Amino acid sequence: MVSLLGRIGRVALDQIAGMGRLLLFLVAAVFQAFRPPAKIHLIIYHIKTIGVDSLSVVVLSGFFTGMVMGFQGYYSLRKFNAESWLGSATALGLLRELGPVLSAFMVTGRTGSAMAAELGTMRATEQIDALYSMAINPIKYLVSPRIIASLIAMPLLTAIFNVIGIFGAYVVGVGILGVSSGSFFSGMENSVVFHDVYSGVVKSVCFGLIITWICCYKGFNAPPMATGVSQATTESVVLSFVLILVWDYFLTSIML
Amino acid sequence: MIRVANLYKSFHSQIVLNGVNIEFATGKITTIVGTSGCGKTVLLKHLNALLLPDKGEVFVDSVDITKLGQKDLYRIRSKFGVLFQGAALLDSMTVFDNVAFPLREKTRASESAINKKVPERLEQVGLGAMGHKFPAELSGGMKKRAGLARALIMDPEIVLFDEPTTGLDPVLATSIHQLIVRTQADFGFTGIVVSHTIPQVFDISDYVAMLANGVVEEVTPPEIFRASQNPVVQQFIQGKTEGPIQVL
Repeated sequence: MVSLLGRIGRVALDQIAGMGRLLLFLVAAVFQAFRPPAKIHLIIYHIKTIGVDSLSVVVLSGFFTGMVMGFQGYYSLRKFNAESWLGSATALGLLRELGPVLSAFMVTGRTGSAMAAELGTMRATEQIDALYSMAINPIKYLVSPRIIASLIAMPLLTAIFNVIGIFGAYVVGVGILGVSSGSFFSGMENSVVFHDVYSGVVKSVCFGLIITWICCYKGFNAPPMATGVSQATTESVVLSFVLILVWDYFLTSIML
Repeated sequence: MIRVANLYKSFHSQIVLNGVNIEFATGKITTIVGTSGCGKTVLLKHLNALLLPDKGEVFVDSVDITKLGQKDLYRIRSKFGVLFQGAALLDSMTVFDNVAFPLREKTRASESAINKKVPERLEQVGLGAMGHKFPAELSGGMKKRAGLARALIMDPEIVLFDEPTTGLDPVLATSIHQLIVRTQADFGFTGIVVSHTIPQVFDISDYVAMLANGVVEEVTPPEIFRASQNPVVQQFIQGKTEGPIQVL
């Protein structure tokens, strides 16, 4: 019984220590982000890798998500003779919830996993040690620019996801199911307020931070071997997904 | 001058360094030899605080670097150049950019000064025409040369070589050894080499240190090292499996 309690205690302490390390990693990255000199060229490069390189998958997933919302929304609203609210329902669903969450999932799968694998490989091949030995702070060089880039790229990707999603719903609702184009857009115009857009932007910024924070941490601290890199990549994606959903709940409850 | 005093390091329950004491002569090449996995690289990584000990001190110019904060540590690390086992070149950059990297990040050198100094270093290591290539396009020997050029670009006082010839054929290994001797003569740095390729390392070393069972058994010039009566040294030189060195 005592040994069982001891084991549980050790596991709990390990988990708490792990969370502490995770938090300290973020604090160090944020601190380094504000310390001059700013790594503008790296931030621009990572905006490209996080934003531009994820664009195709975000556009594709946004379009199909919007089309599915068009079908499902029409099916539900028809039961209440409220098909004309399709534009409104789609826009609110995308702006407040699906846009930020699904684009964050896409970026995690597309870029977050690559980040973890790249940093894990750099750890395994002593490239991170090489930075330390050249008196260069690897967190400032490798992590902070990625975090800043994600804070810029994620809201933009989410905005694109939303626009394409609404277009997808328009194609299905107006083009296939026969909803009037005027009612589609007027419903949207009447029901969407600034707060809906704002809450989606806040969510996307938070999710961008979560993705780069978790994926960089897991890659940076990956055990220096092939299985270590693969394990770090898997863990970074799973933990990012879970934290995005958990944080989404809290943000939704605060900003409803 | 670098001095290591009573250095202890364990990983979980495995004791790697068990009270290491050694002093590295300034301006000379000291080679640390020992069996694979005996802790040579671990000892090397303590010299510029890439690893911190469980107990003990590492003095660089009379400063105990194990007690330093991050800012002072980076200042001390600027004295070092390191050639890693796999060269540790940054994959995303060309050879030129890898070598120029410390200059761009740590100095205010102009691009014209960088464009003058980097080709010089590349020429010195025999990679004059390889600046535009990426690390993935280089052979093992070329990577080591590029790593050496990067290690030397800041004119360091101390250069650490972690297994510089591992994975290379004997001809390339000899060329890398010659390169180490030549660059040491040119730049006058204190060289600390980790290796287990004997007897070749005797030709490049001013001193040879034997690391076994977590301690430094002996630090002597190569000719004395060869003739040492220490059974640990003799077992290692003769490559015997039986003796005081515990074979894992």
